[in-house]
Amino acid sequence: MNEFAGFQRPVNFPEPVYDLAKNPVTKDGFELGRKLFYDPRLSRNNTIGCGTCHIQAAAFTHHGHDVSHGIDDRLGSRNSPPIMNLAWSKAFFWDGGVFHLDLQPLVPITTLSEMDEKMSAVLEKLRQHPDYPGLYKKAFGTEEINSAKTMKALSQFMLMCVSSNSKYDKVLRKEGEKFTAEEEEGYQLFKQKCNGCHMEPLFTDYSFRNNGIPAGRNDDRGRFVITLDSNDAYKFKVPTLRNIEVTAPYMHDGRFYGLGQVLDHYRFGVQHTPNLDPLLEQGSGHGIPLTDDEKLKVITFLKTLTDREFLKNPLLSEQEGLLIYDK
Amino acid sequence: MKISYKLTLLILLVVLFLASAKKAEEPPKGKELVDLILQFDNVAGNKDLVLNSVDYTNASGESFNVSQLQYFVSNMKFLCPNGKQFTVNQEDSYFLIQEHEPATQTLKLKVPAGEYNKLTFLVGVDSLRNTMPIDKRKGVLDPSNSMDNGMYWSWNSGYIFFKMEGTSNAAPEDPTGNRRFRYHIGGFGGYSARTINNIKAITLDLSKGGIVKVKKGRNATIHIKADILKTFNGASNLSIAGHPSVMFSEYSVNVANNFSKMFFHDRTVN
Repeated sequence: MNEFAGFQRPVNFPEPVYDLAKNPVTKDGFELGRKLFYDPRLSRNNTIGCGTCHIQAAAFTHHGHDVSHGIDDRLGSRNSPPIMNLAWSKAFFWDGGVFHLDLQPLVPITTLSEMDEKMSAVLEKLRQHPDYPGLYKKAFGTEEINSAKTMKALSQFMLMCVSSNSKYDKVLRKEGEKFTAEEEEGYQLFKQKCNGCHMEPLFTDYSFRNNGIPAGRNDDRGRFVITLDSNDAYKFKVPTLRNIEVTAPYMHDGRFYGLGQVLDHYRFGVQHTPNLDPLLEQGSGHGIPLTDDEKLKVITFLKTLTDREFLKNPLLSEQEGLLIYDK
Repeated sequence: MKISYKLTLLILLVVLFLASAKKAEEPPKGKELVDLILQFDNVAGNKDLVLNSVDYTNASGESFNVSQLQYFVSNMKFLCPNGKQFTVNQEDSYFLIQEHEPATQTLKLKVPAGEYNKLTFLVGVDSLRNTMPIDKRKGVLDPSNSMDNGMYWSWNSGYIFFKMEGTSNAAPEDPTGNRRFRYHIGGFGGYSARTINNIKAITLDLSKGGIVKVKKGRNATIHIKADILKTFNGASNLSIAGHPSVMFSEYSVNVANNFSKMFFHDRTVN
């Protein structure tokens, strides 16, 4: 067995935003967080774990679901975002309503359409479990099970979900891989036309922008619901493009099922809705001009952001013997 | 020479420290902290507030009853007639008052013995505490507590400061077929982008109703009434028909301005 390396900043990544000194990732803390992440006890009727809507093979998104599908077959109103490189994220959710990773899991646990559970009930279930008190003691020194320890353990697991070993990374870090001619052309086009928002190396600048998709039928105004600032209406967080090949469907409401559709939106579909991002308003028309050939090359490049090591890393997978039925 | 210089500096620092400590929030008498009780009583005008069964009327002429009333109070500070003041240890200054849990309406504080003629507190939770790490959120601020009481917005990280719900024929029928009003008021000013701030600082002058004389073993009690009618009747009258549901929105500022006027000092029992 390899020794547990803890959180490692990839050499081509900036310093993380999350203050790891306040919650150092340890083997025991991480393993507790992983067990919690996959444990359906976090939901009211013990059916939904975090891993239900955040599937590793889909870069921890809910593959194939436009909006997340929670307890009692209830549906949410937004697409399940990836759990990936969150140590660099300044705000969480499509509207950035949560400002710290340690406060993030409170949302799905208590949201009616997701896990619909009370935190006190979660803690009580964990206290009654034969293993958890001992695991909390190993991770945090005492058997006491409380909100802070639970959230910090979940953060330790999520912080370890680092995707930095795609072909793109290996090319950029000069680890012996090379782009094909088409990938290289796609990369150059990407740098000209997409990098303004989907900034390297994390492929997002973490800003909130209106990308010109028509408002959905539920008129979700995104960032506005958090700031109540009319200048934020219809803005959503710029999502990362890492592992984009496996995280369909796309956009905050999962309206596009393929990358071709997404790029066609930028080519032909950008609407002049309030607060449309200025980067999409250049020249005479809206959107991003791309020929059919260029579009295919950009998609070819985007596929170099797929990180198979991350998607299959057994360290991040549900471990055997975790199912509730086992105990 | 060098030693005496250092010594002088040290003495100077100690003197400065003592002086500044004295100037800051020095307890009026001694250092021992003794019990002081704040007793909250929620009322509707001149009637006691009774959940569910009693109807009240607001300034818009709308009849309503109240099914739920909860609010946070925090950050108490006591002022002495001589201008000195004492701030209650912040960690011990967060309380969630719930009409359905009478025990929550009695707040036990620790202050130095002495006389105080003014009291200030916040309705809500200060912005700093709203943004503190999760391990600093204890007691009523713990997510397993405030969230279960429905007093925390997880999706828009922050506490709900004031919550009142009830039934009124003035309210339009909601999707469940009921005619209910729901006021969930919060907003600490925003974390990375500025937004509404509904934290309200309340000052109560105790001199008319009796200044408090805190002594060891006496459990001096300040009785505070909170008149929920003020939530409706104020600088801008809140109409249930016009605003059956007010949550995180610009309009909530009006509701918060109204309820910031609902507290008054009833009497003091020394």
